[in-house]
Amino acid sequence: MKKSYINHISYYLPEKVVTNESLSKEFPDWSVKKIASKIGIDQRHIAASDEFSSDMGVKAAETLFNEYTHVSKSDIDFLLFCTQSPDYILPTTACILQDRLGLSKSTGALDFNLGCSGFIYGLTLAKGLIASGVAKNVLLICAETYSKFINKNDKGNRSIFGDAASATLVSDDKNGYGAEILNFKLGTDGSGAENLIVKGGGMRYRDSEIETYVDSYGNEATSNDLIMNGPEIFNFTSKNIPGLVMDTLKENNLNQDDIDSYIFHQANAYMLNHLRKKIKIDKEKFKLKMNFCGNTVSSTIQIVIAELMKDSEIKEGAHVLIAGFGVGYSWGATILKF
Amino acid sequence: MKSLQKFTELFAEQFDESEDVVFEPTTIFKDIDEWDSMIALSIIAMVDDEFDKTINGDIIKNANTIEELYNKVIE
Repeated sequence: MKKSYINHISYYLPEKVVTNESLSKEFPDWSVKKIASKIGIDQRHIAASDEFSSDMGVKAAETLFNEYTHVSKSDIDFLLFCTQSPDYILPTTACILQDRLGLSKSTGALDFNLGCSGFIYGLTLAKGLIASGVAKNVLLICAETYSKFINKNDKGNRSIFGDAASATLVSDDKNGYGAEILNFKLGTDGSGAENLIVKGGGMRYRDSEIETYVDSYGNEATSNDLIMNGPEIFNFTSKNIPGLVMDTLKENNLNQDDIDSYIFHQANAYMLNHLRKKIKIDKEKFKLKMNFCGNTVSSTIQIVIAELMKDSEIKEGAHVLIAGFGVGYSWGATILKF
Repeated sequence: MKSLQKFTELFAEQFDESEDVVFEPTTIFKDIDEWDSMIALSIIAMVDDEFDKTINGDIIKNANTIEELYNKVIE
C-alpha cells in the first residue's frame, strides 16, 4: 500500500484576543487565576464579526504555501475541509475554497462535519485517497468559529473555546515533516449526541421557537447556541480514551515506551491531566499547548505539532501518538512516525 | 472503601478559594460561593481516581450534602 506522510502544517488564529482578565470582568466569580489553573488557558482568539471559517481556512492554507514551497497550489489534487460552522448550509465550503485558493479545477473537494475528532478522521480520508491512487497531495483544512454560536452568558464555553484554522499537507512522498501516518483506531457512539449540540441551523429546528436553557451552574444558552453537558463529556472521555490509546498501540505493534510524545485533542488542561494520569503517561511526553489559543476544536492537534516542529521538539524517527475525541460522540487515534 | 471523613477531605481539596468554609459531611455544597461546573468536574474526576467509580452530572445535581453524595458514590 502506498504510504502517506504529513509534510507540513500551518495554522491561523484570528486577531481578536479575549484574555482571562476580560472574562473575569464580565463574570466576577470567575477569577483569572482559577480559569488559568483549572483549564490551562490564558487567552483565546475570536473571529471578527465578518470573518468566517472559509476566510480563516484561506489564511491557514496561504500560510502553508508560503512556509512550504516543495508543493505548489497546482499540485493539490484533493481538498478536504472539516468544519461544523460552515459559511452556508450549501454550497460546500471546500468548493468555495478551491476558487479562493486558486487550486486547479481538476481538484476534488468536499466538506465533512466533525468536531474534536475531525483531524484524525481527515487523516483517514487523506490516507485512503492516497492509498487508492485517487490523489497524491491532499490539503486538509480544519476551521471553526464556535464563538459565533456560544451564548455570551455561557462563561464555561466562552472560557474553553477559541477560533482557529489549520492547513495540513498530506502527500504520497516523504518531505518536510515527513511524518508517516501509521494505523488508526476509530470509534463512534451517537447515543451521546445530545450532550454536545447546536440545535438551531439544521432542518429539525428550522421552524421552532427559540428555547432558552440555564444549567444548574448558571450557564445560559438557547437552542441556537452550543450546549455542552460538561460532566457527561468528561465521563465519555474518561471511559473511552484510555482504551483507545491502548488499542492504537496494539494496532501498530508498539508499546507505551515506544511513544516519544502523546498529543491529545486539547480539550482543557484539567481533563487532559486526568486522562494522562489514568493512562500513566509521563508528564514530559504529554504535550499541552493551548494556553495561548484555547480549545480550537478540530485544529488543536495540528497547532501542537506545528509548535513542536518550530521548536525542534520532535526528532526524526520519533513516534507520536495523536488522539481526537468529542462531539458525536466520535473518537479516533493514530501514530505518526517522523 | 474510603470513609466519609476521607471523602469529605478529598471533596474539600477540590476547592481553591474557600479557605473560610468548614467542610463537614452535612455541608450543603451548592451553597459554597466557589461551587461551579469546574468544581463539579473535579469531584467527578476525584471519585473516578479515588473510588474507581463513575458518577454522572445528575447524581451531583440531586445531592445536597457531601454525605448524600458519598452515599451515592459507595452505593
